[in-house]
Amino acid sequence: MSTSDTPDATSAKATSAKSTSAKATTSRPTSLPPAGRTPVAQRPHAGLGDRLRLWWDALARPTQWAIGVPFILLIAALPVIRPPLLTTVGTDFGSVMAQFGMVALIAIGLNVVVGQAGLLDLGYVGFYAIGAYTVALLTSPDSPWNLTDDWLSNDWAWLACLPVAIAVTAISGLILGSPTLRLRGDYLAIVTLGFGEIVRLLADNLDSVTGGGRGLSQVAYPRVGVSEEHPNGVFSAGNASGTLNAGVWWFWVSIVLIVIALLVVGNLERSRVGRAWVAIREDEDAAEIMGVPTFRFKLWAFVIGAAIGGISGALYAGQVQFVVPTNFNVINSMLFLCAVVLGGQGNKLGVIVGAFVVVYLPNFFLGRTEIFGIPIDGNEIANYKYLFFGLALVLLMIFRPQGLFPARQKLLTYGRELYVAARAAARKVSGAGDGSGRADAVPAVDVATEGDAR
Amino acid sequence: MRANDPEDVVAGSAHEDAHLAADTATPETLPYDPGGDVEEAVAVDVAEVRPELADPTTVDAIVAPSRDVHVAEGEPLLSMRDVTMQFGGLTALDHVTFDIRRGEILGLIGPNGAGKTTAFNAMTGVYRPTSGTVLFDGEVIGKAARNEITRRGIARTFQNIRLFGEMTALENVVVGTDARHRTSVPGAVFRTRRHRAEERDAIDRGMALLEFVGIGARATERARNLPYGDQRRLEIARALATEPKLLCLDEPAAGFNPAEKESLMGLIRHIRDDGYTVLLIEHDMRLVRGVTDRIVVLEFGRKIADGTPEEVTSDPAVVAAYLGVPDDAAVPDLPEIGGPTTGAAPTTGGTR
Repeated sequence: MSTSDTPDATSAKATSAKSTSAKATTSRPTSLPPAGRTPVAQRPHAGLGDRLRLWWDALARPTQWAIGVPFILLIAALPVIRPPLLTTVGTDFGSVMAQFGMVALIAIGLNVVVGQAGLLDLGYVGFYAIGAYTVALLTSPDSPWNLTDDWLSNDWAWLACLPVAIAVTAISGLILGSPTLRLRGDYLAIVTLGFGEIVRLLADNLDSVTGGGRGLSQVAYPRVGVSEEHPNGVFSAGNASGTLNAGVWWFWVSIVLIVIALLVVGNLERSRVGRAWVAIREDEDAAEIMGVPTFRFKLWAFVIGAAIGGISGALYAGQVQFVVPTNFNVINSMLFLCAVVLGGQGNKLGVIVGAFVVVYLPNFFLGRTEIFGIPIDGNEIANYKYLFFGLALVLLMIFRPQGLFPARQKLLTYGRELYVAARAAARKVSGAGDGSGRADAVPAVDVATEGDAR
Repeated sequence: MRANDPEDVVAGSAHEDAHLAADTATPETLPYDPGGDVEEAVAVDVAEVRPELADPTTVDAIVAPSRDVHVAEGEPLLSMRDVTMQFGGLTALDHVTFDIRRGEILGLIGPNGAGKTTAFNAMTGVYRPTSGTVLFDGEVIGKAARNEITRRGIARTFQNIRLFGEMTALENVVVGTDARHRTSVPGAVFRTRRHRAEERDAIDRGMALLEFVGIGARATERARNLPYGDQRRLEIARALATEPKLLCLDEPAAGFNPAEKESLMGLIRHIRDDGYTVLLIEHDMRLVRGVTDRIVVLEFGRKIADGTPEEVTSDPAVVAAYLGVPDDAAVPDLPEIGGPTTGAAPTTGGTR
């Protein structure tokens, strides 16, 4: 500590002398007010999350990958390891994780719309449904547009339909967005709520196409790893037993898709697109007047969000191999929104945790008869999941309105050096006890000289 | 006549002193926190991060990359030609004609309700004039989208500060550069070479702009947490980031103390000297007189005067309409009229 103190202090003095002399020679206004620091009470709580974030941000890119990849692999291995406390009893842990993967994707997509651009979308399940029905309509034998009979081989039909599902949902996002994104706030929420219901009701009533309430069965899935044990491949719903069941395989597929989605969304976040989204969320009129084409970027948010929702829908159709309208109830929209709000709007990693909570907790209680030796009726608790989520949201809004992991977006790709310097300065200030090496000394001197001049 | 001025100065310095005292007092009460919150970071030493920004000429060069404004200095940049604006039975602007010339600071003043904001909105395409035309850079301003108007070269600040509070100061300024970006979503997703170059330039320019307006040290702080004066400066930096030909400042000194006003005047002159044209809407007569090259006075939607600050302030019509008729009709005393102004323009200093 003592070794590092001296050079810090001298460098700070040197820079302070340099900047004061630079300021003195220019005719530039030098009324930089003293660096008034926010009192401790007003500072956001610097807890474990903040420290973790700081540590992570300070790491170099390759180091982040070196830590991130094993971490992702560890998460991927969870349903194989099945840690005793974490695993579920009522349902298979693998399929719970597969469901988590899909909801996590949805949360990432919905986060773009709600968290980043601030557009309240209550009908997001509509895009999920369109993604699922696109795959089902093209590959189910029940559908009039089934292609698997003709030229599309069942082996790779699902994979071939995935980009189609993405394209169709993106276009549906464009179609829904172009007229409705001129609306704001509550009006937009109501229109999107209507959209979600329209999609479900269409699926329910277009008997000749979607099979109505009977739904579409035998949807295609990737036929990989065909063996004696798994005559239909490892992704088949028939592969239901054992550790490496279909759920685990689907979970792995969703992890790959999640990583890709995170990279895409992350690149967007740190570009003019992400900045435009946050600016629109903060003050749409000001953003427009500063030259941001707000309508175009809102539409982009909608389209990108819809496309990610479509991917998730395609995953769902492949995994369950059976698509019925009741799976796309408005209550699902609320559940997805709950994941985003719970995790922290605008924080793309936070919402994944939100998705985990939303999917995992009810399944954790399902079938459980005791926890830490206390007898409970897990099924009853799981039945009341919406009640508990509602309560959780109310409590969250009171104690932590920004969600479990409040967003701290980084909206600049190349501003890193600045933020690292800021951190160094902060450390220097709080580290130096006597105050001689404080960065605050610089503006304080300025004010003093200015006062004399006056 | 300047009886209230020393008081102001005293009050201002006392306020500064208090601020200073508070500043020296806080660090002691702060606990040692090695991983302190970056968001609440103290001043960044810009010279350390971007050594090239320690040189003011470099900053100027980055802030005003295209100095074509200096070429046709004095030519009209924006012309209001016989503009009339009617809202139902109310005539907000009545055959108003004036020019904003390249490279000047034009003050637009008038009592409350004189039509300043209406003129402003007509200039920026928010309203389409009932009759008459607005020419900007030789082209008629129609009812284009507002972001389009900004792209054509008119930037503005807001009377009531409208920053993006959750973004840092630097991010706010970089949003302003959006108008000059050419790549969009595909470029961002695939991080093309052009996109990366644009991003880098935007951040360099943003940093230079922050340094230019004097808040470079606050680059990584959230706009919401900046002191009031810095927020006003940040608004100016953000508007300049759009690379405007005309910068419109809507009461930039509202809520400033005399010392802050003084330094703001220096900044506005510096912006003009860098090759920008500035339109200043302001209530504070002293500020307007001190900084502008020309003043246009509106009253009840009509232009009643147009000329240098000296001409305008000695114009009896202006004195009567805007500054109020002096009780003792002491006409020779007019250059000292700054004193009563505060009385005549009640919003001075109070508006936020």
